[in-house]
Amino acid sequence: MPSIFWIPYLALSQSCLEEVKALRHHPLAPWTFLAVPLILYGIWVIYPTFATFFLAFTDWDGFSSLADARRVGFANFERLFNDSTFWKAVTNNLKWIAVFITIPTTLGLALALVLNTDIKFDRFLKISYYLPMVLAFVVIGLIWSWIYHPAQGLINSTLAGFLGLLKNLGFAVDPDSARRIGWLAKPDLVLWSVIGAAVWRQVGYVMILYLAGLKTVDPALIDAAKVDGAEKWNLFRFVVFPLLAPITTIVVVISIIDSLRAFDLVWVMTRGGPFHSSEVLANFMYLEAFNNYSMGYAAAIGVILFLISLGFIATYMWRIVKEEEA
Amino acid sequence: MSQAIDLPRTVTREQKIRRVQWAVIVVWIGAILWLFPLAGALVTSLRSQEDISANGFWSIPQTLSLNNYQEAWGQAGISNYLGNSFIITLPALFGMLFLSSMSAYALIRFRFRLSRFFYFMFLAGMLLPFQILMLPVFRLSNQLGVYDTYWALILFHTAFQLGFCTFVLRNFMRTIPVSLFESAVIDGAGEFTIYRRIGLPLVVPALAALATLEFTWVFNDYLWALVLVSRNELKPVTTGLSTLFGQYINNWPLIVSGSLLATVPTLIVFFALQRYFIGGLTMGATKG
Repeated sequence: MPSIFWIPYLALSQSCLEEVKALRHHPLAPWTFLAVPLILYGIWVIYPTFATFFLAFTDWDGFSSLADARRVGFANFERLFNDSTFWKAVTNNLKWIAVFITIPTTLGLALALVLNTDIKFDRFLKISYYLPMVLAFVVIGLIWSWIYHPAQGLINSTLAGFLGLLKNLGFAVDPDSARRIGWLAKPDLVLWSVIGAAVWRQVGYVMILYLAGLKTVDPALIDAAKVDGAEKWNLFRFVVFPLLAPITTIVVVISIIDSLRAFDLVWVMTRGGPFHSSEVLANFMYLEAFNNYSMGYAAAIGVILFLISLGFIATYMWRIVKEEEA
Repeated sequence: MSQAIDLPRTVTREQKIRRVQWAVIVVWIGAILWLFPLAGALVTSLRSQEDISANGFWSIPQTLSLNNYQEAWGQAGISNYLGNSFIITLPALFGMLFLSSMSAYALIRFRFRLSRFFYFMFLAGMLLPFQILMLPVFRLSNQLGVYDTYWALILFHTAFQLGFCTFVLRNFMRTIPVSLFESAVIDGAGEFTIYRRIGLPLVVPALAALATLEFTWVFNDYLWALVLVSRNELKPVTTGLSTLFGQYINNWPLIVSGSLLATVPTLIVFFALQRYFIGGLTMGATKG
């Protein structure tokens, strides 16, 4: 910019400066910075989001030209609502959410509260809990598949060893019975086994978020409450926990969004089986799209997944907007 | 008076110490339990399949060797898969950080009507259950002729992560005092110079945090690798591992060795840049 343009600035008061600042820029200036990111984002994220809605009303098979696909109206959705696998997947996603917003959240908060005090080796302890976060879901899935292995896996071997000990002590137990527990084979057990592996990863994440939140808590408030005679539990219940409320909102929303996104672990460990008993929406969608080539039907599942998430995405964004205005 | 206050306080302090110690013991037990799966995997990877199936997991290992790692690295192709992961991750990482720093700069530096709309668009995209993009992205990659090439993954990761990166960088850049930009303008600097000399250098901590976090995310991605790349020689380590799992079914020591090898790069990044990693994770959730 030629220097002659900034001479008038010097004469202006601070309040006028603001106004001029807005006018000063060439109207195209923001676009030179935004053009490439926006184009990329538009092509690979915004357009696909809307395209899914379009595909959901067709019977596209993924290979023939989309122009040849028939518009089928709400047929995909009608079929979906009458599909027992779909309802199984929805129920499983809800179970996943129920576990995720309770167990890792409570454990993570409790760990953060303890690790926030000065204790020895706190770095080692923190690392032990959040190390699983660094692993790829595939790696977690494979390692846990091994842990759950019926005959040789870590869990059943340990159980069998324990039962063997009891047998030696004279109890009438059969150590080999432990080797028959099919953690990933029994329909009423499999989902919980997969969620167990996911919880193993999630606890450290929640702990990190709460540790960051605890750092923002003003120690003076805690001291004031202590002077007022607040006991440990009351201090937590009436002072610390309310102060952590914003973090708790984020943790709950993130947990729900993560539960709805769950795919990798299910695909690696069970493919949704046996007999769809560990099916979740994302896995169901993938199966329909790339195993059955019913892209239209899969898109309808995607639309439902989107609609379920919408409320939680809105909650998160609402919080950001409020912060923005504060 | 002072006695009446002091007495109960000393009692509660003692109680507190005792209670904290119990909590610490529980946390230690938990930590050991949490490390157990990894420790078990490590021990398994050093043993042979015959040894484990004959004697069980809790037997004293007959031999310990790195044979499984050797086989996973060479014959099973983990070395190729890892190479592919780097070829995909590094350009995507560079692309997303560069582009998002530009868009973040535009969003805080200029006042224009759509600025806030774009901000929320990036934010919404980062929260999306990304599976809903799966089918159109698959179709798009075919139409653009990048399906089953590195480019499909590089382009998609770059674009998709722009949401999170722009969100974080914009919030970080907002903390730069406006007067800094203004004085650069007075010195006659053009917008691109201001971006390069002031905007970028001041967000280096945020860039470092994003880089560590995004490296882990892109490196560990599974779904998009599954959808966009099918040729075995192009697979990144995640889908490569699931291929290996299919080939060596029931050779658990080998599968586990491969899994641990696949984790080494992210582990190195994590331990070297741990502070940034943790910082990055919390950036989205707490202010700044």
